[in-house]
Amino acid sequence: MTLASIPNIIPTLPELFLALIIMALMMLGVFHKTGGKEDVKASRLISLLSVISLLLAILLVSTLSGGRLMTFSGMFVSDTFAVYCKVLVLIGSALAIVLSFRFQERHDMARFEYAILIVFATLGMMMMISANDLISLYVGLELQSLSLYVIAAFQRDDTRSTEAGLKYFVLGAVASGMLLYGASLIYGFTGVTNFDQLAKVFQDGHTAGVGVVFGIVFILAGLAFKVSAVPFHMWTPDVYEGAPTPVTAFFSVAPKIAALALLIRVMVGPFGELVEQWQQIVIFISIASMALGAFAAINQRNIKRLMAYSSIGHVGYALIGLCVGDEVGVRSVLIYLAIYLFMNIGVFACILNMRRDGAMVEGINDLAGMSRTHPMLAMALAILMFSMAGIPPFAGFFGKFYIFMGAIQAELYWLAVLGVLSSVVAAFYYIRIVQIVYFEEAGKPLDKSSSPELSFVITASGLFVAFFFVYPTPGLSAAAAAAASLFAG
Amino acid sequence: MTHFPILSLLTFLPLVGAVFILTIRGEEIVVNRNARHVALWTSLINFLLSLFIWVNFDPTTADYQFVESAQWMPAFNIHYKMGIDGITMLFVLLTTLLTPLCVLASWENITVRVKEFMISFLVLETFMIGMFCAMDMVVFYIFFEAVLIPMFLIIGVWGGPRRVYASFKFFLYTLLGSVMMLLAIMAMYFYAGTTDILLLTAHRFPLDLQIWLWLAFFASFAVKIPMWPVHTWLPDAHVEAPTAGSVVLAAVLLKFGGYGLLRFSLPMFPEASVMFTPLIYTLSIIAIIYTSLVALAQEDMKKLIAYSSVAHMGFVTIGAFTLTVQGIEGSIYQMLSHGIIAAALFLIVGVVYDRIHSRDISAYGGLVHKMPAYALIFMLFMLASVGLPGTAGFIGEFLILVGVFQVNTWVAALAATGLILGAAYMLYLYRRVIFGALTKESLAAIGDMNLREKAVFAPLVILVIWMGIYPMPFLDVMHVSVEHMIGQIETALQAGQAVHLAGQ
Repeated sequence: MTLASIPNIIPTLPELFLALIIMALMMLGVFHKTGGKEDVKASRLISLLSVISLLLAILLVSTLSGGRLMTFSGMFVSDTFAVYCKVLVLIGSALAIVLSFRFQERHDMARFEYAILIVFATLGMMMMISANDLISLYVGLELQSLSLYVIAAFQRDDTRSTEAGLKYFVLGAVASGMLLYGASLIYGFTGVTNFDQLAKVFQDGHTAGVGVVFGIVFILAGLAFKVSAVPFHMWTPDVYEGAPTPVTAFFSVAPKIAALALLIRVMVGPFGELVEQWQQIVIFISIASMALGAFAAINQRNIKRLMAYSSIGHVGYALIGLCVGDEVGVRSVLIYLAIYLFMNIGVFACILNMRRDGAMVEGINDLAGMSRTHPMLAMALAILMFSMAGIPPFAGFFGKFYIFMGAIQAELYWLAVLGVLSSVVAAFYYIRIVQIVYFEEAGKPLDKSSSPELSFVITASGLFVAFFFVYPTPGLSAAAAAAASLFAG
Repeated sequence: MTHFPILSLLTFLPLVGAVFILTIRGEEIVVNRNARHVALWTSLINFLLSLFIWVNFDPTTADYQFVESAQWMPAFNIHYKMGIDGITMLFVLLTTLLTPLCVLASWENITVRVKEFMISFLVLETFMIGMFCAMDMVVFYIFFEAVLIPMFLIIGVWGGPRRVYASFKFFLYTLLGSVMMLLAIMAMYFYAGTTDILLLTAHRFPLDLQIWLWLAFFASFAVKIPMWPVHTWLPDAHVEAPTAGSVVLAAVLLKFGGYGLLRFSLPMFPEASVMFTPLIYTLSIIAIIYTSLVALAQEDMKKLIAYSSVAHMGFVTIGAFTLTVQGIEGSIYQMLSHGIIAAALFLIVGVVYDRIHSRDISAYGGLVHKMPAYALIFMLFMLASVGLPGTAGFIGEFLILVGVFQVNTWVAALAATGLILGAAYMLYLYRRVIFGALTKESLAAIGDMNLREKAVFAPLVILVIWMGIYPMPFLDVMHVSVEHMIGQIETALQAGQAVHLAGQ
């Protein structure tokens, strides 16, 4: 083998780093002493090391920013868009592990595989984000999905958790099958799988025949399942409710960001010329998701189910940006995702604080009177909820603001009007949480928080959400650069 | 920025006070006392600051003064820009005057979660002042909608038995209105490339676009004012809110709508405004007559005053859309005087509510025997609300009627019936509460107003008489700005006609 035939590995450094770390950590876990206390020790050590390596990966990723680097015969691409999304995903994964530190021990799930699986899933997500070929797309997606199925069922003594894992697996497998079928249709009708070549084929005037359109629809359906957009959302409430809470927190941010990034790359990259073909589908998915997220959550009594519907709604808003389909639209989605990440992690940190007599409680009425017993936590939760509802001056408002601005510029007026109307409906259940926290008298108070790492996450996300408006420029310019890089190539 | 950012200081000083209260720890009694004092002093200092601004305000120019501008979102060409002109100056004063009075009025009747109450109130003051001072549409919108948060909490936490219903209705109704305005702001940004209010006022939007934008803004302001038929949130919110909440709701929050119409709808979409004037007249006339009749039938004092607010705000909208100097100055004056009179009336209800804990008119009667000072103050504000010459209420209504008479005599005639009906329901209320024999046992031991309560009313009494007898200082402040605005609208209308003719 000559030196020249070795592919350039520089763009994949963060991925390679994580892959090696995973192997090392696995060895460490396997050769660690087992039984009782030792299991807990191993899980603590490996969780900590995982967080550190994820943070190191953020550093590595950010050194790659600037320029469009391709490798492995054009199957893997690293551009500013990828860097931006990877940083978000890595932050989400690291915070999710931080959230589960104490939870694992309290719920008898302290096994070292947990953190390793999350890092595995993260690796898959980074592959997805950087995929530049239908095949590498599928490989990344499956690496992510298979890890997620296992994590959902991680609390294996709990029937709800195993049920969630199984349900997620079966439905996820169907979605993967659809995606694969779509990819094969595309290949059959165009003869290529590489994104750049696909884009060129369509630019050269290859008419989008029925076969290609069918392929796109199938790929869209598969990805819509991964981002839990209507009508492929059915698994979300059950999985969110059944999975252990830190896992739900993880599900609601990192995989969503990765899958949305992938969706954006596929739609504006290879199929960018076929906007007319897919735009109406995305518009429909977006409207349906926003409406369902708004109306179905109204009657939820379980806060994790409520957050599941809320996340469906949020995906609907993010998809508005994709409907716009240009640089402004993608920029708004990227800002939205960053804000969504911090809001959601903050809310789940608050949910993890909901314990009574040591056991988790999940009913929204259990929050009653929290403002008396936990004033600071109540304030943080109220800020996060107002932000989720999109009330200024909190960060969530700006996320929606940029999204709707894009929609108005693209003259998608009806989409924007339906979007703001569903945001008013959704505001109802967000402020109902505030109502329960502030207006209701306490029953039996919740336990005092005993996890400094939860308090840290809540404080950080609360401050981010409350003070985003003071200096939004860095986030805006990062997202703008990322969006520009996607349209430059 | 060449001078000291005094408007930002005025806006954010209450927020500093709120953060300070947040850090107070210790025993509950001490915390409550300190929270009250911090809130009172912060709002008083803010009032003095606004007086200083008033003194330094130059009423001979229509330009914005004390302008500050800073980069905020350069990628979107959105700036943080603050400034005041003759129209906003007085609203800022109204806000800064009423906040300390509200704090003082809640001194004793708010006993639970005093710390949170005072924080909410100071945050509310920040948002209200910011809204009036904003010179950028996005900044304006953020303050405009952020007001919902503290007000939602004030009604919901410290309100009456149906507070949850009232606070949700208030929140969702106003949110629904304002999101439409948000979309309109974005559309304007898209067409004009800026969100600066001055530049947008100078920009001419095509007529078909103007119609949509006008309707979107109207959706927001009509709910806020509130105009018939979207007024139903107001009686609920007023009845359930604590006294101070009702005061600030009636005195300042309702003015957001009138201010918005004057500041945005009229100058930015003049042709659409002229087109929709008959609609505004119709809705306002219905509001005046219908809500006055409804007020006549009320058994709850707060509800009665709430309906009277809707009727008075009907005058404001009529006056604004006459596009005459008298009409617009009258409607601004009416907003200011209504701000003071409605605030005082809600405080008056609060005084007896604190003693008897009932708002039913039938629970009272013959109070004049036990509470002479109270009866006197009640009479003054009752007559001011009716529009008796010599009080602030008269000037505003008179100017509006003069303005509207030049434009449409029928509207003037119908609006004038509102004055008669107003006199009917207010006098009827006064007779039932104050006069008659004192027969009810619960009232036997009722005491007259104490010093703190008198102190709350003193500035309002002075103002309502001052504004009624010598209105020039207030009219002078706004006069140049109003004339400038009307000039702008007329130029735009003529230009529009010229285009129309050329098109034919």
